[in-house]
Amino acid sequence: MRLRRLLFLYAALLPLLAGLQAIAQEDLLRTTSEPGIRGGKLVIAQRSEPRTLNPILTVDQNSLGVLGRMMGDLIHINRATQKSEPALAKSWTVSKDGTVFTLKLRRGIRFSDGQPFDADDVLFTFKVYLDEQVHSLQHDLLVISGKSVKVEKLDVYSVRFTFPSPYSAAERVFDGLAILPRHLLEKDYQAGKIGQDWPLNTPPAQIAGLGAFRLKQVIPGDRIVLERNPYYWKVDAKGQRLPYLDELTFVVVPTQDAQVIRFQAGDSQIISSLSADNYAALEAEQKARHFKLYDAGPGLEYNFLLFNLNDDLEGRLPEIARKQKWFRDVRFRQAISAAIDRAGIVRLVYRNRAAALATHVSPGNRAWFNSAIPVPIRSLPHARELLTAAGFSWKSDNTLVDPTGQPVEFSIVVSSSNAQRNQIATLVQADLKALGIGAHVVPVEGRSASDRVLNTHDYEAVVMGLVSGDADPTPDMNVLLSNGQTHLWHMDEKTPATPWEAELDQLMAKQLGTINYQQRKKIYDRVQEILAQQLPMIYLASPNILVGAQENLGNFHPAIIEQYTFWNADELFWHPPAGKQ
Amino acid sequence: MNRQSSLSRRDPPLRSGFFTRFRLSWAIWFLVGVHAVVVLAGFIAPYSFETQEREHPFAPPTRLHFVDCAGKFHFRPFVYVTKAAENALDQYQQDCSQPAGIEFFPKGDRYTILGTFSSTRHLFGVPAPTNLFLMGTDGFGRDQFSRLLYGGQVSLFAGFVAAAFSAFTGLLLGGIAGMYGGRVDDVAMRFAEIFITIPWFYLLIAVRAFLPLQISPVTAFLLVVSVIGIVGWSRPARLVRGVILSARERNFVLAARGFGASNAYLLRRHLMPLTFRVLLTQMAVLIPQFILAEVILSFLGLGIGEPFPSWGNMLAQAQQYHVLVSYWWMLLPGLAPVPVFLAYHSLAETLQERIKSNF
Repeated sequence: MRLRRLLFLYAALLPLLAGLQAIAQEDLLRTTSEPGIRGGKLVIAQRSEPRTLNPILTVDQNSLGVLGRMMGDLIHINRATQKSEPALAKSWTVSKDGTVFTLKLRRGIRFSDGQPFDADDVLFTFKVYLDEQVHSLQHDLLVISGKSVKVEKLDVYSVRFTFPSPYSAAERVFDGLAILPRHLLEKDYQAGKIGQDWPLNTPPAQIAGLGAFRLKQVIPGDRIVLERNPYYWKVDAKGQRLPYLDELTFVVVPTQDAQVIRFQAGDSQIISSLSADNYAALEAEQKARHFKLYDAGPGLEYNFLLFNLNDDLEGRLPEIARKQKWFRDVRFRQAISAAIDRAGIVRLVYRNRAAALATHVSPGNRAWFNSAIPVPIRSLPHARELLTAAGFSWKSDNTLVDPTGQPVEFSIVVSSSNAQRNQIATLVQADLKALGIGAHVVPVEGRSASDRVLNTHDYEAVVMGLVSGDADPTPDMNVLLSNGQTHLWHMDEKTPATPWEAELDQLMAKQLGTINYQQRKKIYDRVQEILAQQLPMIYLASPNILVGAQENLGNFHPAIIEQYTFWNADELFWHPPAGKQ
Repeated sequence: MNRQSSLSRRDPPLRSGFFTRFRLSWAIWFLVGVHAVVVLAGFIAPYSFETQEREHPFAPPTRLHFVDCAGKFHFRPFVYVTKAAENALDQYQQDCSQPAGIEFFPKGDRYTILGTFSSTRHLFGVPAPTNLFLMGTDGFGRDQFSRLLYGGQVSLFAGFVAAAFSAFTGLLLGGIAGMYGGRVDDVAMRFAEIFITIPWFYLLIAVRAFLPLQISPVTAFLLVVSVIGIVGWSRPARLVRGVILSARERNFVLAARGFGASNAYLLRRHLMPLTFRVLLTQMAVLIPQFILAEVILSFLGLGIGEPFPSWGNMLAQAQQYHVLVSYWWMLLPGLAPVPVFLAYHSLAETLQERIKSNF
């Protein structure tokens, strides 16, 4: 009898023991954030829904916002500290020459469907990313100077990455590179169909990842609902498995004004990327509606005025080609820069919640910002001196004319859907009028504006903005390198058109291969000096990151790198009482 | 037609005749007055439409005072200098130590009237550093009252020009269709029906999208107005055709034809003048429609570009949430077309009644 009772007790405890043993065998990451309380749901509004749930095809921020919660990466950039830290790789060593990274993976980790994770999944993932037939968007990140990164499995939980040359941003490359489940995707990869996998209508059971959440439901055009991943590999200081939230829902709300209204009503509990105007409109309501607004300081976005310096316009767009004689003269660009009231832009467009810029690096990028470069102050006399030196003159009615006597006038294209850039263009227009320049603002549909800049080159000047994907200089290479895919002022440049662009190419390549931060900083400071002098883009302002959240949301630490508000969704929790649903 | 009954219809009862004449005269005088004001916008407005007071974004309407902070009464209205509060850019405080009386015919921004007369004298204003923003300012510190007057030039004359274009085109094509009849009439009217069915809004978006970037905002705007006018010719054309069709069989027309008058002569000398009343009424109906079309286009960013104001692009700023909830004066341009439309409507109704009473 007694024996029977003991056996019964053992049988009852066996699953628990197995579970505890499994947890004990799992290489879990212990976080240092404030321990939270399990439960609750969170709703986040986004401008658009992902077009696919396939990480291979995803690059836009809205899609990465959702997928980033479902997928895990080997090394992750902590958005608060801007430094890389262990994720699925619990540790790594780097060879002396900086080319070989040996990663030790966490043991006992499972995908969200319960299947085990090991080095074979890592190998498979990078095989897919590097396969040119797949055309993954991550491919270019893993090709350095034309050569691919080599990936080898050392044992079940060890992987070696060999870079073709020393690569300063190697650790940061891994951030956001989702580890794919080999057990679900290998078959389709071998059949050449992996690009078709995981559309939005995929049943949740067919998708698995190593992120804090897993897919629960998709209502196309309306919302994506994620549920807690019971196998997530992080625990808090008290040993509680993360995430705390039971559900994370992304709702589609296309305009910011509509997002503000829904946030006020409590339909969503977080709002990202508030404009300064909406921030001011909401400020007075914080106490009454129990939310809190945060100003995280200047982000990584930079807005600029860009002149068309492409050289494929002769014969095709003769009127623009004629005006390029002005645009190509650095004194003309410097004069334009000197005439622009950046303080006015910061004040009127961003309500002083922005930073005026001298280069593309904002003061929010603490590690790389060159504080020695002064922000240009508006000076019409200096602008006139520069224009006079460049051979321009003024008629009696203050109209500026070029050396051939033609009045200086040009159009400024701007995306009609971006209210702040439209305001910037209007202010620039008024500033240039004081110099006698007839600039007229032409709002066009957003994609049309991008198409003109990237493809047709049918524009004279444009006010637009870019957001750096990371604080590290590496993501800017596409813009700064002569043959970069987004070398906006002169697309499709095969070789540097000017000595300063040649110097930029050399410096960017050098910083890429320099491991020491101080040396790299020096090189990048010089890059910024060149940009401030030559002004291929006339940098204007970088808006602050303005966000908001319900006041009882715990561990809410907005950052200036995407995703600003839910980069640590696995640590978010509700202080009692629970969030409204 | 019964001559007796037509005579009796020319003599409506005295009360309704007076009412009709009153309605007609108030509508006409009001519209003349409004158009005169917008033509003289440069003189009447205290500021140019593009002057930016960057220290006063979203300033509320300036308060006019007759009694100062010390309680003393002044016959001449005056204002105080306003300054933005330190931590809130759109909160303003008056400085009682700096009053400034309203001045008449002060010097200010240079303007041109009808492209010929240029001056710097304005009807009224205040000396610097005070400002007189009767309807507040927008996000760039531009005086909304001044922009409303200048914007009226664009909106009102867009409607007028487009309607005139429509009427002229309609008169021409409708006259030819009615005069010649037969196949000419068939082709012209089928053409008119096509134009009636064209979704004018999407056509305008397409036209605007195809315009080159290098043309000035004024030129782009005139082109858009022309398109509105061209698209709208079909209704006047059908009306004119109807009048011509019924009038061409009248005795005096037949008599003129009998004396050898050509079709062109008959059209020009005898038939088209009969359409003028109908066209005038039609214009009174079309003008507000085309004003509204321009306002809608500008509201959507497809009309005249910055910095030129129109009632539509001034109202467009109110689309933004923070403007809608915080700055009520930004909605005032939406009220400006209302009395104008009422006047045109009254005019059209009165003209229609007169036409009916004369037939």
